[in-house]
Amino acid sequence: MADATTLTPVLSDRWDADRPWDLGTYESRGGYRGLRKALTMDAADVVTTVKDSGLRGRGGAGFPTGMKWGFLPAPDGGPRYLVVNADESEPGTCKDIPLMLADPQLLVEGVAITSYAIGCHHAFIYLRGEVVHVYRRLLHAVEQAYAQGYLGKNVLGSGYDLDVTVHAGAGAYICGEETALLDSLEGRRGQPRLKPPFPAVAGLYARPTVVNNVESIASVPGILVGGSDWFRTMGTDRSPGHGLFSLSGHVQRPGQYEAPLGITMRELLAMAGGVREGHELKFWTPGGSSTPIFTAEHLDVPLTYEEVGAAGSMLGTRALQVFDDSVSVVKAVSRWTQFYKHESCGKCTPCREGTFWLAQVLGRLEAGQGTSGDIDLLLDLCDNILGKAFCALGDGATSPITSAIQYFRDEFEAGTHTPADVLFPPERASLFPYTPRRSGQLAGAH
Amino acid sequence: MTAIDHPRIPGSGRPRAAYDDATRERLAADAAQVVARYPDPRSALLPLLHLVQSEDGYVSPAGIAFCAATLDLSTAQVSAVATFYTQYKRRPNGEYTVGVCTNTLCAIMGGDAIWEDLTDRLGIGHDETTADGKITLERIECNAACDYAPVMMINWEFFDNQTPDSAAEVVGRLIAGEPVAPTRGPSRVQTFKQVSRVLAGFPDGLADEGVAAGEPTLRGLRLARENGWTAPSVDAAERDAAQEQQAEPAAPAATSTAPAASAPQPGGEQSSVDRPAAGAPERTAEQEKVEHRADDTSKPADSEKES
Repeated sequence: MADATTLTPVLSDRWDADRPWDLGTYESRGGYRGLRKALTMDAADVVTTVKDSGLRGRGGAGFPTGMKWGFLPAPDGGPRYLVVNADESEPGTCKDIPLMLADPQLLVEGVAITSYAIGCHHAFIYLRGEVVHVYRRLLHAVEQAYAQGYLGKNVLGSGYDLDVTVHAGAGAYICGEETALLDSLEGRRGQPRLKPPFPAVAGLYARPTVVNNVESIASVPGILVGGSDWFRTMGTDRSPGHGLFSLSGHVQRPGQYEAPLGITMRELLAMAGGVREGHELKFWTPGGSSTPIFTAEHLDVPLTYEEVGAAGSMLGTRALQVFDDSVSVVKAVSRWTQFYKHESCGKCTPCREGTFWLAQVLGRLEAGQGTSGDIDLLLDLCDNILGKAFCALGDGATSPITSAIQYFRDEFEAGTHTPADVLFPPERASLFPYTPRRSGQLAGAH
Repeated sequence: MTAIDHPRIPGSGRPRAAYDDATRERLAADAAQVVARYPDPRSALLPLLHLVQSEDGYVSPAGIAFCAATLDLSTAQVSAVATFYTQYKRRPNGEYTVGVCTNTLCAIMGGDAIWEDLTDRLGIGHDETTADGKITLERIECNAACDYAPVMMINWEFFDNQTPDSAAEVVGRLIAGEPVAPTRGPSRVQTFKQVSRVLAGFPDGLADEGVAAGEPTLRGLRLARENGWTAPSVDAAERDAAQEQQAEPAAPAATSTAPAASAPQPGGEQSSVDRPAAGAPERTAEQEKVEHRADDTSKPADSEKES
């Protein structure tokens, strides 16, 4: 890689085409070459190719995708399923939705290749329900793919059969957790399952199941066409390939920037025109609200799974939310905590009760009515949640709190006497001037 | 609060928990299509609840009874699911759900200002509906459009980069009965019932309308184009690989060959949280299923009380 990292549009390469969602456009721009190639290969070799590419899960956890496929037990004659996690709901994360809106065929092709590789004949795309136009585009894409023989009976004359169902959820962040997603897809409340058994062994309908993120699956066609070595020309040895980096917040040009893993926030910020004029960077999230926050001292951390981890956070979904010096970190964290409280499914007591108490304590700190023991109380509550629930929602709820206290303890201390809105008037942070009408009141309750 | 206008049992005022024959037959035909999409009928429950909302504008008692009868579940089982998800409404919803993102990033960028302005203008709060039944207002969570903050969703279509004025203008037009167009979506926002039918998996033919992407989505790509930045060529990589493989022709397609089996280990890296409960006996998936179902049916049948 050269000194200055440059962008590498692969997934985003067709987004500026005329009607890129249409199958005709997709085919004319090289679409379905990956599937054609896969169908000439032994299924196990497709798995090997993806394993060799080093592709790691793009939904946050970063587990090697090919290895996940390899965990399926040997076929026993019964069904095996692929379920695509398109429930993108992590605060700050906004990459899969634009991908599916612009280029849904790329996902459908990835689904077909992956299904073939793992011996699945019925795949599901679980899309969050709150994006109806994306659902229209996905339904349309699947319909077109059936009509052209990319899905259905005897795919492209190969003898391989595949059905794809696009399923709309109904509003629940927790369904992005893979086992909650499976329960939801089975028509139940979306609550996580205890693991093991892992979905690879007992997933959808208790059958072997692979659950992968949209961007992971969308990366598969390119790997099939270009090969695993091609994929590895981008990124680093342990975090290979391209990824969508989503910049939002107080940057001049927020948006999607597709780059090799290992690019730094400093480089991305420069591409996005820097922080809002007249302001300094205060804090940012590397991978959504569930990843510990970073500050200006982390601008040169290469954005790979390992290096972000070593610096004390997680690469997550590369959801880079930027907050400048006009923002109260207490208010930001308080609002995120309201979110976790709202979205906790209620199954595990530490998360259900803990997020409720966290929100209460943060609410009074935000209102300038905290007590001197509140910081310790928050940390103690976090300690009682972290690692003590079935899934990562509770863990994620503690990340912004503990990291914000680590970097901005004085702001939490100020919450014992001064409201956040007085220290950081919200009209200075907003993109337009306005007069807050209910300043000082406890915000975010619902 | 708007009056509940679902059918009532004459003389009692209690809602009639059943559709008339014609409605039930029509919905049953739709439901059969939904059920056919899944290997297990119960998977159809979420789309069927969307279908019920497309009929009644909320998850009505009649709709709950219909779902239960269709999937051979108890009404309590259906209610337990319906009350878990925020898109399912327990009271008649307005023709348009106006959702303002007040999660951290949108809130800070101006979502709080939009929210304050709309609540003041409409005189209603979260999950409340205007007296004319037009607008249901909601604070919504992150809707995956953070690069377009502050975001407003109307019937789950994107209204990007909003201000209090732009949001008020759109809502004013909805109240006046005028069509409004989302930033990224079809040329006109559909009604709550129409959108609910799409979410049940019945296309409305609007997929080709609207843009592929807004400006922020395309920013990285445009920058790459301006600078001549590209990913390494897949075509070149493909040619190289093809030359290498020429000596060895590709094997014909196999329908399904198993990759080597190696079960994930507890505590392994496979998923977000992989800590086995200490000392917990390992249950089979079948046992879990049985317990799961037993849980469901043992819940008190209180679903009819809520209306």
